[in-house]
Amino acid sequence: MSALTLAAGLHAAAETEKIGNPAVNIAIFGAFVAVTLVIVLRASRQNKSAEDYYAGGRSFTGAQNGTAIAGDYLSAASFLGICGAIAVNGYDGFLYSIGFLVAWLVALLLVAELLRNTGRFTMADVLSFRLKERPVRMAAALATLLVVFFYLLAQMAGAGGLVALLLGISSTAGQSVVIAVVGALMILYVLVGGMKGTTWVQIVKAVLLIIGAAVMTAWVLAKFGFNISDLFQAAIDRAGEGGEALIEPGKAYGATSLSKLNFLSLALALVLGTAGLPHVLMRFYTVPDAKAARRSVVWAIWLIGIFYLFTLVLGYGAAALVGADTIKAAPGGVNSAAPLLAYELGGEVLLGLISAVAFATILAVVAGLTITAAASFAHDIYASVIKKGQVSGDGEVRVARITVVVIGVLAIVGGIFAQGQNVAFLVALAFAVAASANLPTIIYSLFWKRFNTSGALWSMYGGMISCIVLITFSPVVSGKVDPVTGESLSMIKDTGIDFHLISLENPGLITIPLAFVLGVVGTYLSKEKPHPEKFAEMEVRSLTGAGAEKATEH
Amino acid sequence: MSDDTAVPVQETEYQRVQRSPEFQELRRRFRNFVFPMTALFLVWYLVYVLLADYAHDFMSIRVGDSTITVGLLLGLGQFVSTFVITMVYARWANKKFDPPADALRREIEDGAL
Repeated sequence: MSALTLAAGLHAAAETEKIGNPAVNIAIFGAFVAVTLVIVLRASRQNKSAEDYYAGGRSFTGAQNGTAIAGDYLSAASFLGICGAIAVNGYDGFLYSIGFLVAWLVALLLVAELLRNTGRFTMADVLSFRLKERPVRMAAALATLLVVFFYLLAQMAGAGGLVALLLGISSTAGQSVVIAVVGALMILYVLVGGMKGTTWVQIVKAVLLIIGAAVMTAWVLAKFGFNISDLFQAAIDRAGEGGEALIEPGKAYGATSLSKLNFLSLALALVLGTAGLPHVLMRFYTVPDAKAARRSVVWAIWLIGIFYLFTLVLGYGAAALVGADTIKAAPGGVNSAAPLLAYELGGEVLLGLISAVAFATILAVVAGLTITAAASFAHDIYASVIKKGQVSGDGEVRVARITVVVIGVLAIVGGIFAQGQNVAFLVALAFAVAASANLPTIIYSLFWKRFNTSGALWSMYGGMISCIVLITFSPVVSGKVDPVTGESLSMIKDTGIDFHLISLENPGLITIPLAFVLGVVGTYLSKEKPHPEKFAEMEVRSLTGAGAEKATEH
Repeated sequence: MSDDTAVPVQETEYQRVQRSPEFQELRRRFRNFVFPMTALFLVWYLVYVLLADYAHDFMSIRVGDSTITVGLLLGLGQFVSTFVITMVYARWANKKFDPPADALRREIEDGAL
């Protein structure tokens, strides 16, 4: 387990060596930012209504939206985080790829189409459909903000690490400036482009990322005569004594029965998290109907699955060609495996290109998260709870834009704290929150007639609170010390501060079943009268698509 | 799951549709496909995770004299099963589910039911 977060800021001071040519890197970054800004500006011309700003006019095709979903989902965690986890932990890192992919079946079979048929802009639309609107909306919006917060932390940490590597900026102050620049750019994209601009940036980025990973994968395989077995052997040889552990399970999680529980907890959070991620759910509203939502998930599953097969090769490629020790010692730590591999393969130009793609990845995902959070705050909290629906679409969009700025600033501050943590690991925390706070209520409200407001609130608040408490008192926040160097591996770097109580690093194993149970308990404890007419409407609409929101005409 | 007792005096349009045999058949069709399929892939995923977590020796068995392990093959098997279920579902939904769902939607929107 410790290896995942091993890199946490131990090396920054000692490491001054630059990899690649910063001028090349900055030029490629600049070109990418310029191109995407043009796209965003063009897309923004059609932003007229709230429909346009939040849901891109519901006019994207299934293939476009599927690519955008892949762009949204294949975040820094998938590229930098998984490559790093496999390079350092071998087979145990592969679990991320599998869990992140299989999770899509939950979304495809149970959630995507039904959700598209019943909602308008946000996850809360569906959750509050047949329950008491204001309290449920409030809870769903808070859960959305919480998931987005953890997700943003991960992306910002990835951005900091990446730039640390590329520009050789190892001081915390320098990296913080970089994080601030990423945040400012992202705010600009979302303010100007809305959902349409964000979607196009995600599509462009998904294509670039998949092509980039495909090229690197082919390159790595070519070096080993397209023989996977030889690639693994090279990784084993490079690791030296005990290298065989790379291809066997248990390197990261096999040590104790507790670490095995950590693995189980992670596995559960990964597979149940996706269908509760608000920024993924919101993407289903950008297409005209449920069939397009289905098509987009099918597209997304293929793109994401193929990409994760690439990461397996890239991770072992990095272990074989760069070596786990070099990766861990680099600025950016485990998250630098993929860029280091690019440098090893194609020198500074490939490094620049791959890093620009990774940077684009972060920018696009952060934009998608931000617009989700903004929509949730403006649509659910401001318009529905505070103003009780007495607000115009324009007023709502104005609040959404203000929210974008606030969230951008919060993400910048949070990102500065999360530097050095493995981004895949941080994202897994967001998945745990999504699976605990959101998924039970989504499933119950779609399929369980008896479910009521009290059940939803118990489940959502129970899920959120238990996650926050368990994470706060876990070794992720305090009290995890590297046995070799004696330095802190937690977010709080002062080893004197240790308030960790439970050793479970991902809370999913406890919080997900708890939230499901609380949904049942809350439901039966309440005397709320059932609303069979609302359930009938929801069930009929969700399955037939009658009365679903239509695409806007331009 | 449990039956509601508070039946409103006036039944809504949607409740009438919900009670109709066409809708009941659609719902049955959906659940009969989706629920067992969900159970199937979740159990298969759980079996994989438990093996990777607690059966290290089994998962570390090499295939022939290569460095390919049983664990790797089972992991790749998760990819294969995900792709297969995705395509099976999409085919089923396009052919078996959409036509009756669309017919029902048109009837509802025309107010025929």
